[in-house]
Amino acid sequence: MSEQGPESEASGTPGTDQPDTANRGGRSMSRRRLFGLVGAGAAGVAATGVGLAVNNLGDGAASAAANPLAESVPFRGQHQAGITTPVQDRLHFVAFDLLTNDRAELVALLKAWTAAAERMTQGKDAGPIGAVGGVPEAPPDDTGEALGLPPSKLTLTIGFGPSLFVDAQGRDRFGIAGHKPTALRDLPAFVGDEIDPSISGGDIAIQACANDPQVAVHAIRNLARIGFGTVAVRWTQLGFGRTSSTSREQRTARNLMGYKDGTNNLKVEDTKLVNGHVWVAPRDDQAWMASGSYLVTRRIRMMIEPWDRTPLADQDGIIGRSKGTGAPLTGKREFDLPDFAAKDASGERVIPDIAHVRLAHPDQNNGARLLRRGYNFVDGSDGFGRLDAGLFFIAYQRDPAKAFIPVQRRLSVDVLNEYIRHVSSGIFACPPGVQHSGNYWGHTLLG
Amino acid sequence: MPSYRLFALAALVLPLVLGGCSGSDSGSGGASGGSKIAVKATEETCEIAKTELRSGTHTFTVKNDGDQVTEFYVYEGEKVVGEVANIERGETDDLTVDLDKGDFEGACKPGMKGEGIRTTITVVGESEKLAADDPKLAAAVATYKKYVATEADALVVQTQSFVTLIKVGNVEGAKALFPVARVHWERIEPVAEIFGDLDPAIDARENDVEPGAQFTGYHKLEKDLWITKDISKSGPTADKLLVDVKRIVRLAKNEPLKPFQLANGSKELLDEVATTKITGEEDRYSHTDLWDFDANVEGSKAAIDALRPTLQERDPGLLKELDKEFANVGKALDKHRKGSGFKLHTALSKAELRELSDVINALGEPVSKVAAVIAKK
Repeated sequence: MSEQGPESEASGTPGTDQPDTANRGGRSMSRRRLFGLVGAGAAGVAATGVGLAVNNLGDGAASAAANPLAESVPFRGQHQAGITTPVQDRLHFVAFDLLTNDRAELVALLKAWTAAAERMTQGKDAGPIGAVGGVPEAPPDDTGEALGLPPSKLTLTIGFGPSLFVDAQGRDRFGIAGHKPTALRDLPAFVGDEIDPSISGGDIAIQACANDPQVAVHAIRNLARIGFGTVAVRWTQLGFGRTSSTSREQRTARNLMGYKDGTNNLKVEDTKLVNGHVWVAPRDDQAWMASGSYLVTRRIRMMIEPWDRTPLADQDGIIGRSKGTGAPLTGKREFDLPDFAAKDASGERVIPDIAHVRLAHPDQNNGARLLRRGYNFVDGSDGFGRLDAGLFFIAYQRDPAKAFIPVQRRLSVDVLNEYIRHVSSGIFACPPGVQHSGNYWGHTLLG
Repeated sequence: MPSYRLFALAALVLPLVLGGCSGSDSGSGGASGGSKIAVKATEETCEIAKTELRSGTHTFTVKNDGDQVTEFYVYEGEKVVGEVANIERGETDDLTVDLDKGDFEGACKPGMKGEGIRTTITVVGESEKLAADDPKLAAAVATYKKYVATEADALVVQTQSFVTLIKVGNVEGAKALFPVARVHWERIEPVAEIFGDLDPAIDARENDVEPGAQFTGYHKLEKDLWITKDISKSGPTADKLLVDVKRIVRLAKNEPLKPFQLANGSKELLDEVATTKITGEEDRYSHTDLWDFDANVEGSKAAIDALRPTLQERDPGLLKELDKEFANVGKALDKHRKGSGFKLHTALSKAELRELSDVINALGEPVSKVAAVIAKK
């Protein structure tokens, strides 16, 4: 995991992103309309600066420069925030299924979400009334657990799954099938996959990253609440600690195998590389994706108990790096470049042929690069006395067919696969950022 | 089958470390040798490309250019250092041996009989202490190799019977023999897994099959028997299984082992149990996972038993703990015996599986400490 890969492989899961088709239709129309209005209202309120619902920023705002929790990340921009933003410490990720076939309802929801998302990333309540500002007879339009908490660098990033364009039955529910990018296809089966369709895919995904876990959870909870009736939560994932760094200002974090992960990750300072490998260019395929990026998610369960019993020399050999320093086995310091040709006295390669660092390295993959921002997770235990733990792999890229997919195929011989299982898989097209008032998440696609 | 490459890697990685910390003992296989030597065998000749070697591990790649089946031996006096038999016409097979300073003979035996066509091989250079300095560890390797050989022979016999049952269309007979034949495989799996190409062909589960490769081996036949319920077209798969098993058995019996490989193999067998048997992933169609479970534990114990004298000397406390935990696993597993075999994985409750998981984890910890004890001087 030190290089760029997710670690293993897996089996195709037909229907990975099949939406729940059980209760679609117009039954929630009125509710949808209502939320559409609320959304529009919220945007207006935010723009005019009515401060009723502003969280108690007080102490946080005062020391914004010194306190990483206090700072907010701009919501608007050419690109969505949460991709090259230096990786925050916590994650709450959610995938939704659409319950409607009505394009207007979808657009209304995206508008409402955009307004709420902008508010929350700036440290405000989800709705214009707020957690405690309304009449006592009505439930508040913010759930309240983030009251008094600073923005904590919250970013919210949206992506659209293949099933939003063409669902499992082959239907073009929203009249956008013609705009489906070629790159947005369910990931193929990789050797060793154990994909569970119920925690894979989804019509829409939202990634919430923040330096305070409560802030990330609050954001997803409120977006899910706004979406009730139009969308249903398909699956979610919490991440308690970042495993990658996306900026040279950040130290490299460790994954649950104890290794520094993402040493060789793309960094935001490498503007040229980021432009070439992360952001979709206008002429790549669909014009609406220009300045967007493709998101791949893989929930990678680690067999941590057997791993913990593995001799250190084997662990180092499997990863191809030294556990203590993170240096490649041919180097001394973390950022030393691996020497894949180096041999030891007995003629064996110092970095074994099947070491993860070798298989995943860009030099061994036609220069393929990914921007990774994965998170460690522990979701309790699995009923066998083992921790249900691992890495929630997240990677952004300009074209998965030239990045994640070939790298993952190459990892089919990775010895690390003995210790991991890919159990969830997702691919999403993340549209460009919201720049102007009146724009909303996905407006280049649906506007 | 999951850990098929790990054992091979362990063999590759550990020497770097052991070589550093323990000087000239166990792990330095091939430090000065490691060469591949071509052997061309015909009816009348046995051309060995290089007959002056440095001490170390050498692999003879024997190509049979003759008209009949052949075999290749390396002798030290009349003692057989290593052999590779049943090389069919046009086939190539490898023999890997550790050769210390001295005089040896290489022999091709067309028709697999007689004294063979012999050529002298001279090995020079300082002795590399190939197997182990320690006579106890050398004995441990010899004991374990004997175990591997016995199990390997039983595997061929049982697989032969299984294949025959498949080919005559005896579904019930084949189903009954499936878990029994696999026991011998599961007991020595870490050794078989060294041969990275053959192990997946024999034991891959369907989702582990590489793109472009065919799903073959035990689990394909398992699927035919239990899911497809049609073995009328399984003949070729069965034949291939037998060929692959015979081949891997020959290689496994010839494979030089190091003491630390016994320790790592023992640990890997328990990892197998913890990851694929507890969850029922291994035999997902037949649910006969507990046979494999038992066999993995037995194989793990055989390696520890071979190392027993060294463990007794160097860390009796650890040995005591190992014995206790092996006994606990045995007791937990005994509850699920049925007839001469076991209950199906699906017949166990979550709580019962949980108990098995707990005893395996309890055993896995002390077993993981054995390699370091073996490596230290």
